[in-house]
Amino acid sequence: MFDPHMPHVAVIDRRIQESSTIFTLRLQYDWEVQQAYEFDPGQFNMVTLFGVGEIPISIVNDPLDNHYFDHTIRVVGRVSDGLSKLQPGDRVGIRGPFGRGWPLARMKGKDILLITGGLGCAPLVSVIRFIMRRREYYGRIHILQGVKHSDDLIWREQYDEWAKLRDVHILLAADVVGKGWKGQQGMVTELISQISVRPHRTVALLCGPELMMLTAIANLRDMALADGSIWFSMERNMQCGIGQCGHCQIGPHYVCQDGPVFCYSDLADFLGAKGF
Amino acid sequence: MNSQIHPSVERRPGFLPRSSLQTLFTVLLQTGYKIYGPQVRDGAIQFVYMDDPESLPMGVTNEQQPGHYRLTSGESRRLFDWNHGPQALKPLCFAPREVLWLEGAAPFAFKRTLPEVTQTAVIGVRACDLAALAILDQHFELEMRPDPHYRQRRDSLLLIGVDCAQSASTCFCASTGDGPALDGGYDIGMAELDEGFLIWHQSDKGQAITDQLELRAATDDQLEAMLQATTRAAGQQKRHLPGSEELQQLYKRLEHSHWDQVAERCLACGNCTAVCPTCFCYQVEHEMALSGESAEMVRSWDSCFSPTHSDMGHFQVRNNIKYRYRQWMTHKLAGWQVQQRRIGCTGCGRCIAWCPVGIDLTEEVTAVLEEGSLDV
Repeated sequence: MFDPHMPHVAVIDRRIQESSTIFTLRLQYDWEVQQAYEFDPGQFNMVTLFGVGEIPISIVNDPLDNHYFDHTIRVVGRVSDGLSKLQPGDRVGIRGPFGRGWPLARMKGKDILLITGGLGCAPLVSVIRFIMRRREYYGRIHILQGVKHSDDLIWREQYDEWAKLRDVHILLAADVVGKGWKGQQGMVTELISQISVRPHRTVALLCGPELMMLTAIANLRDMALADGSIWFSMERNMQCGIGQCGHCQIGPHYVCQDGPVFCYSDLADFLGAKGF
Repeated sequence: MNSQIHPSVERRPGFLPRSSLQTLFTVLLQTGYKIYGPQVRDGAIQFVYMDDPESLPMGVTNEQQPGHYRLTSGESRRLFDWNHGPQALKPLCFAPREVLWLEGAAPFAFKRTLPEVTQTAVIGVRACDLAALAILDQHFELEMRPDPHYRQRRDSLLLIGVDCAQSASTCFCASTGDGPALDGGYDIGMAELDEGFLIWHQSDKGQAITDQLELRAATDDQLEAMLQATTRAAGQQKRHLPGSEELQQLYKRLEHSHWDQVAERCLACGNCTAVCPTCFCYQVEHEMALSGESAEMVRSWDSCFSPTHSDMGHFQVRNNIKYRYRQWMTHKLAGWQVQQRRIGCTGCGRCIAWCPVGIDLTEEVTAVLEEGSLDV
């Protein structure tokens, strides 16, 4: 049903302003298309704004919420700026879902450590929602979230609700702290030393700037986490979503097809290598 | 790697005298094919639509060196003693620029645009370019999930290959195992002899043509001459690539000082990727109509030598020529082996001849793989 080469029209059902530069579009296909639409946390869609362009955006929902899908988008360029001006009832084009998401099968029964830096980090939110809805299948949950400015933290209410669940530990850090901030001041990677991790029972899921992920990975390896237990979502120039246009390659890997979620042991040679 | 001197595809050729080549053209035209063949244009062999064998490049040979391509004319009556011009089969299947879909504003809708194609017989295709086409077929997933535009163009082709009886100095297809003899991927095969052509089919589509040619039985001497020609052409080749296992070591050589040395010469012009028969990178762009009521999604060839190729909005992953050249070579010779289980080079040597500063892939890769100069 899904032709990877052609977009389907989707209608904006809701628009939520998450922060000054971040917004969420709740989208719906026509009923028949929506019925057949399935995705995994960590996958992405190519979103077309009429006449302007097409950009890759991750899906932030739990796969069970299959009557719609949400894209949380930060305004960074022409297309995202244009998308931010759309209102309910407006339409966009969607191709997808594309790529390989989070390692759900390997996560089952494990402690989960989620580390995210930068604004939003939508790819990780989808898997947090997935875990929280199936809380009983997982052990201890740690969420370490870092932002530049404390005002940048979105999904605050959700964090508060997740924190109430059994054995869910959330630590927040901001480089610059504003009024009413309950988290700490500093980098997200500084939070890692504050938690106790059972390395052989833990799967770590990372999303954020590559330097932050490299630092986090070094810390996790020092804590005896195996390379095969460290997973992260990568970002590259993606124009086709199907391993064709060539832009997103990191060494022999297509981020759009082999990723965007990679296991550290598969990408260790290239992560942090300049020019890749 | 195996040198492809002796083809693994069985040939049962018949003989067509030189004076009867017109018959092949007539049969193709009567069967409904347009003929796309080699002619001398702007000092190079270029493929154009033609309907008369008289306009084939008789007596033309090519001299190719790093940064150098010249045609020379002689007295010979042979038609295929050149090797190739700047373009392979790539533009015929993967258009340099094409519209993928149309967008209408009211109602907002997408409409696929497929290219209009005519059944085309391409005459004079070389082994290296057929091997490259097989690589592109795999990239555009001709078997499983075909790119609709690529398939539409690809399916319209009848490929008439010809053995290379000469190699240019830039050729190294014997070392990649892709030539100089045809070895599959064609519909009709040809080998040029002084007195005419040995012709055989490899597909039903090809047989539909060759059955109409009234070929004579090939003599043992002619079959021997066919074999000798490609053996001689392979023997002429001086350039070669290291073996595929050695090439996999390229990813262990990312910090080699030779990359800086190449970067000082490389202009990042993208000629090599444009003439490469396997380079497939493309970019997509929306082009809005002046009315504002519709737009086109256009894809066009891109090059990993372009600054925008690795653009992330706030930074470029490959922000200098060293990284771009390194990306091109490591992908072509190492990454491709992971992606397609073979290197992405078929030894045509175009990137060497058409490089304005004469950078030689075979020399550069050998330097990078040389243990002694590792600067880490």
